[in-house]
Amino acid sequence: MSGGLYSMEGRDFDKSLDLKKIKPYGDTMNDGKIQLSFTLPVPCGPEAVEAAKQLLLKLGFEKPSVVFYKELTTEFTFVNCYAECTKTVDYTSIHVPKVESDVMDMEECDDYIKEHIGRKIITIGASTGTDAHTVGIDAIMNMKGYAGHYGLERYKMLDALNMGSQVTNEEFIAKAIEVKADALLVSQTVTQKDVHIKNLLELVELLEAEGLRDKVILVCGGPRITHELAKELGYDAGFGMNSYANDVASYIAQELDKRLNG
Amino acid sequence: MNEQKSKVGLDFAKVRHAKAISKKIADEVQTFVEQYTTVSVERTIARLLGIDGIDENEIPMPNIIVDQLVDAGVLGEGIMFFLGNAIIETKCSPQEIAENISKGDLDITKLKINSIEKIKSALLPYIETSIKKIDNRKNRRKDYIKTIGEGPKPYLYVIVATGNIYEDVIQAQACARQGADIIAVIRTTGQSLLDYVPYGATTEGFGGTMATQENFRIMRKALDEVGEEVGRYIRLCNYCSGLCMPEIAAMGALEGLDVMLNDALYGILFRDINMKRTMIDQYFSRIINGYADVIINTGEDNYLTTADAFDEAHTVLASDCINEQLALMAGLPEEQMGLGHAFEMTPGLTNGFLYELGQAEMIREFFPKATPKYMPPTKFMTGNIFKGHVQDALFNMIGIWTHQGIQLLGMPTEAIHTPFMSDRFLSIENARYIFNNMKNIGDEVTFKEGGLVQKRVATVVDNAITLLEDLEEEGLFVALSKGKFADVKRPIDGGKGLNGVVLRGNNYFNSYIELLKGKG
Repeated sequence: MSGGLYSMEGRDFDKSLDLKKIKPYGDTMNDGKIQLSFTLPVPCGPEAVEAAKQLLLKLGFEKPSVVFYKELTTEFTFVNCYAECTKTVDYTSIHVPKVESDVMDMEECDDYIKEHIGRKIITIGASTGTDAHTVGIDAIMNMKGYAGHYGLERYKMLDALNMGSQVTNEEFIAKAIEVKADALLVSQTVTQKDVHIKNLLELVELLEAEGLRDKVILVCGGPRITHELAKELGYDAGFGMNSYANDVASYIAQELDKRLNG
Repeated sequence: MNEQKSKVGLDFAKVRHAKAISKKIADEVQTFVEQYTTVSVERTIARLLGIDGIDENEIPMPNIIVDQLVDAGVLGEGIMFFLGNAIIETKCSPQEIAENISKGDLDITKLKINSIEKIKSALLPYIETSIKKIDNRKNRRKDYIKTIGEGPKPYLYVIVATGNIYEDVIQAQACARQGADIIAVIRTTGQSLLDYVPYGATTEGFGGTMATQENFRIMRKALDEVGEEVGRYIRLCNYCSGLCMPEIAAMGALEGLDVMLNDALYGILFRDINMKRTMIDQYFSRIINGYADVIINTGEDNYLTTADAFDEAHTVLASDCINEQLALMAGLPEEQMGLGHAFEMTPGLTNGFLYELGQAEMIREFFPKATPKYMPPTKFMTGNIFKGHVQDALFNMIGIWTHQGIQLLGMPTEAIHTPFMSDRFLSIENARYIFNNMKNIGDEVTFKEGGLVQKRVATVVDNAITLLEDLEEEGLFVALSKGKFADVKRPIDGGKGLNGVVLRGNNYFNSYIELLKGKG
């Protein structure tokens, strides 16, 4: 059996935390415990279990144990496994690029804009390309907002327009020109085969062709977006999971202030 | 026994009132609809009359023949008029006529015009052939249900969405073996906005698989095979929505589909399809679905993904009432109405389960003969697959407790990716465990008089009636333009597809309406 409450196995590893060499934590520092579940395209039986174990060993795990297996359909076996991780990561050397702005709440944002910009900031947003999902852009823009964070439409000092889903990059840019948008928000929710990357890149290229790229604050967001990815694609900022309207509004307000007032 | 007994204190006088207002709202829409036709309605007729295939540029033949009428500015007279006339004049079949048009050899708007009687009788054999095909499909389904049977309700509904129809087949057969009753093949992202139906078997798609007649055929065959193996008829679902709504209905009727998403309101609000276009399309599509014994699913659940599920619960009920009346006008039997509703309140809400339970029972009792479609949590699925599995469990409890018709199974990996084979296994296992373990809870437990559940239902019903009265005054189209549903505003003459709408001309006729409507 694997470790746990009834294990009599000795724990002869170093149990002190070393941020230069971290590994997963089950119930004891440095035990390296990981849970995995996956499906193998083989008939259900002891051979499937052995295949799962060998795979985990090849991945560098120790003491793999298959705790549950079940046939999903002929020739497919689902497994739940535990194993011990042998690799470590140096946490102290990690650097993740983040959006560099102070996060304010809605009222603070409105006050900041009044004081620093002195007019409403014009913001348009859309879920562009073939993506039909409005969940992301709605969560950020719609009045109601999401999880207790009001959406941009409710901000007194933002003129926020949500164009909805399946907006082409061309329509999006045309609207930006029409309303003289300060900030463009692009949402990408569902993706398959990296179609969202192509679509995001295309928007940047079109904006550059129109000579607009430097005139707007260009932001993208979605569950698969990170700030780092956004920068790589030529965006000013990217917002991933657990970002809310006020994160976006805070960034736009401060970035526009920086651009207008140095 | 004209008065059912309500578990949730439903006032049946109010139910009748809500339905009476809804009928008036639907009547007004119907008066509008009956004056018009659309490119997609006419292409549907072309398909039913046997026109299929594509040209060398992959343009479907139904588009080629209908576009000829559009270009000549005579679409309003209808495809039946010109095609029937062309059959007399050319002595060719509809398919041959379409092919000749595609080669540039024929203009059916320039032929000598025969009498309406002669035109109608020239079409008759082709009409009869199509109806016979649909009848064969209906009989085949009935035979299966009689001989191998079907799963109990709520039917377990799962989705496959690999993009490749042959991979979908593997996934779908696995689902059936695990206990699924309905397999929905999600359409590729963006297909709802195509003004044509792609052709042939397809192996590429984004977030789903193309709805084509050949793909329908491939999946139907696969589900029949696995149905015989597991001893249970497996239903096939697709999406009869978007700009090709009635064409997909016709394809589904010809290929033995069992369930179709079919809701104009959904297309208007969430796909920005023009409301006139899709209401006209919906009428004909529901006539076909009604005749073909297809269960339609409406999309009210989606309102609660953009608007708040607690505050806006009444919009779901109001919309279900309108959808019921619109469906009745197309002759669709109540039993085939998969009216939509959903379990979407935030998990942090105190007593949220009780409110959801009351509302689900309310829908059941409001539409006692229907096959309501209950939708799982999606908005507050976060990527925490473990909590998500519990959210889905609560949803499943309500499904069995209130005897829903169709339970669309939630996936623990909702909001992460299209389901893995193992995700579906876990979801089906979850539902089967709960459906069996709590089988008769609804028959055993009653709700406290004037308690939380009953009060909640009374509030939702009252709010729905207020909204319906409001809609009756303004008319549905104006109400939609003001954002009464889902907080989404859509202009009456905005959105996609309006240019495919024309007034019916003096020669217009569509024999299928008369032959299929209410004859299911």
